[in-house]
Amino acid sequence: MAFESSRRDVGISPTAPAFWNNPAVRSIVYQVLLVGGVIAVGAYLVHNTLVNLDRQGIATGFGFLDREAAFEIGESLIRYTPADTYGRALLVGLLNTLCVAGIGIVLATILGTIMGIARLSTNWLISKLASFYVETVRNIPVLLQLIVWWDILRVSAPGPREAWQPVPDVFISNRGVIYPVPIYDPVHLWMGAALVLGIVASVVVARWARARQMATGAQFPVLKTNAALVIGLPLVVFVLGGMPLELDKPELRGFNFSGGHVVSPEFVALLVGLTVYTAAFIAEIVRAGIIAVSWGQSEAAMALGLRRGLTLRLVVLPQALRVIVPPMTSQYLNLTKNSSLAVAIGFPDLQSIANTTMNQTGQAIEGIALSMAVYLTISLLISLFMNWYNRFVRLVER
Amino acid sequence: MSDMAEPGFARQPEKPPAATLGALGWLRAHLFNSIPNTILTLLAIFVIVKLVPPFIAWLLIDSKFVAANAKECREAAGACWAFIAEWYRFILFGRFPYAEQWRPLIVIVIFIAMFLASCNRRLWGRSLLAIWIGGAALVLLLMFGGVFGMSYVGTDLWNGLPLTLILAVFGMLLAFPLAILLALGRRSHMPAVHSLSVAYIELIRGVPLITILFMASIMLPLFLPSGTTIDKLLRAQIAIILFAAAYLAEIIRGGLQAIPKGQYEAADSLGLSYWRKMRLVILPQALTTVIPPLVNTFIGTFKDTSLVIIIGLLDLLGTANNSLNDANWRGFYWEAYIFVGLIYWSFCFFMSKYSQYLERDLNKARRR
Repeated sequence: MAFESSRRDVGISPTAPAFWNNPAVRSIVYQVLLVGGVIAVGAYLVHNTLVNLDRQGIATGFGFLDREAAFEIGESLIRYTPADTYGRALLVGLLNTLCVAGIGIVLATILGTIMGIARLSTNWLISKLASFYVETVRNIPVLLQLIVWWDILRVSAPGPREAWQPVPDVFISNRGVIYPVPIYDPVHLWMGAALVLGIVASVVVARWARARQMATGAQFPVLKTNAALVIGLPLVVFVLGGMPLELDKPELRGFNFSGGHVVSPEFVALLVGLTVYTAAFIAEIVRAGIIAVSWGQSEAAMALGLRRGLTLRLVVLPQALRVIVPPMTSQYLNLTKNSSLAVAIGFPDLQSIANTTMNQTGQAIEGIALSMAVYLTISLLISLFMNWYNRFVRLVER
Repeated sequence: MSDMAEPGFARQPEKPPAATLGALGWLRAHLFNSIPNTILTLLAIFVIVKLVPPFIAWLLIDSKFVAANAKECREAAGACWAFIAEWYRFILFGRFPYAEQWRPLIVIVIFIAMFLASCNRRLWGRSLLAIWIGGAALVLLLMFGGVFGMSYVGTDLWNGLPLTLILAVFGMLLAFPLAILLALGRRSHMPAVHSLSVAYIELIRGVPLITILFMASIMLPLFLPSGTTIDKLLRAQIAIILFAAAYLAEIIRGGLQAIPKGQYEAADSLGLSYWRKMRLVILPQALTTVIPPLVNTFIGTFKDTSLVIIIGLLDLLGTANNSLNDANWRGFYWEAYIFVGLIYWSFCFFMSKYSQYLERDLNKARRR
């Protein structure tokens, strides 16, 4: 209570206020009462919990993490068998959550940006279609959408024999999506190294070109050079390495496919559902961001003789990003948290593996505490990253 | 404009070129104004022609609205609306005693009336609060029954749309006081109050609602003295209240920050105590500015209540799912989900349109 502390300094009354009217004293009393109350309630709850656990014969502690999990997990990014520990099972779940959330964030950003720009299009039909998409998807619970996507893939999709084939060698059936993957060759590792090298080189080039333009005004074709670096270097390595591109193609054998990489219907439903849902919100954010940049800015850029692409890149986008980035962060967080809805469609994400663990071991408190802590950490990391990024785009004032 | 100088020679104004007028002009301006746009338009028309007529045919033309049994319905090429005709009462009201289903129906009507009353800005303030509390009490009376000749109905039979509405409305109503305290706490200068509020808000906002629902359904019974049981619906409701409070608190904090410092100082100089300052001066202004985001949070809560099916409550989505499990009527996914989706959509769509209108309108008043 700030206002009370100022009263004393001004010295309205010649005598000091009574002891119980002293704001500093009051503030301490209030806080002691509050903290005491919170501790008392907490202690009461902990006491009840311990009594209840004791009655049910459940030992507390995280020792169960080292015990054998003994349950199957449908899909995993790392090697996992039922003989592995609960700790490893939870790690599998965490990686699955991160995988879905990471890919979902990228796809939702792309789709959302396209839809946001489409809504502002001068083309009446396109903008109406985009509005229809946004208004429909935004107003239906994401859980319902996930279940519908899942049913499309599980019930409405054909069996492996009549699988849809949108592109050659990519099959969509009720067993999931199956696509060819290149068979590993040492050259691929070198291509990856070349890619990293290309990215590092392009950052250096961009910095050098910027410094030179600031100093001399001479421009350098940064975009073309960097595109050549990032795409060209791995390509050169690929050609020099003898172009080892042997695909592991899916083939129909009997009632199912063999070969290729299989993604389960659950994963696809979760990914598509989260992407489509979040993209509708991102579209609105992008639209609001672009509208927030006044038309005069574009006119001024055109008056300077900038082409349309340059106007967008150098004038409109940097200003729009300022408005876009903070709400975008909360959408990314929402997508990550919504990935826990995997429980409803049986994708083994962190929450559903934590549930299985809790059901098998009875360690409910540890399970919930663990999943809360992990989600909190992921949220915190995304927030930190986006705040770091936000520092680059926000308005720098004198 | 040299013609203007000679009076009497005023020329008849020339008409604009025909290509910019009328339907043709509109088409040119809005659909075919450049080569990329023309390509996009043609592509969009192609997709629409490919998708919409078959969908309409499935939805309305080939569909069966009346059917004696599921077999007859399955033979039709289109949607089976007879499924909805057979099951709509279960989807809407669930296992609520069939003869008494007028009670949840009135509950739905009361909720809609409460939403409509909230749109009337003359009622904003104390009378709106009275309407909401009165409506909520009436809802509980109708659902529980046990008086006025109505039979008592346990909360396990509160299913379908009334459950969805109850979870959302009660969640928001009861989260509100907690949220105000948290928002004030976060702006407090007392370190203990501030850090406790921040910890609560960030903890809840950092974890998914599912985790909190699981916590409420598994851990709440452990927290209570042994022997006491806690109703399943109440557990979910507590989780939603705790969850919504954190989000509401952040919105209310935004409103508090938007109030100029002069208002605080003016209230101080009148000698108002902290609580009277907040109640009489700051909160009325702060809450009005944040009504549009509050409505958006309500929409979010309304949609999020569908998550309670994961802890085994039968809300609107849950009853729809259950109706699909009936042995005779198995497999009419699309019909059930379109029906339920339309109900969710209409509630959310009109609320979001109202919040957008309100935002524009409130801003108009402020800009003047």
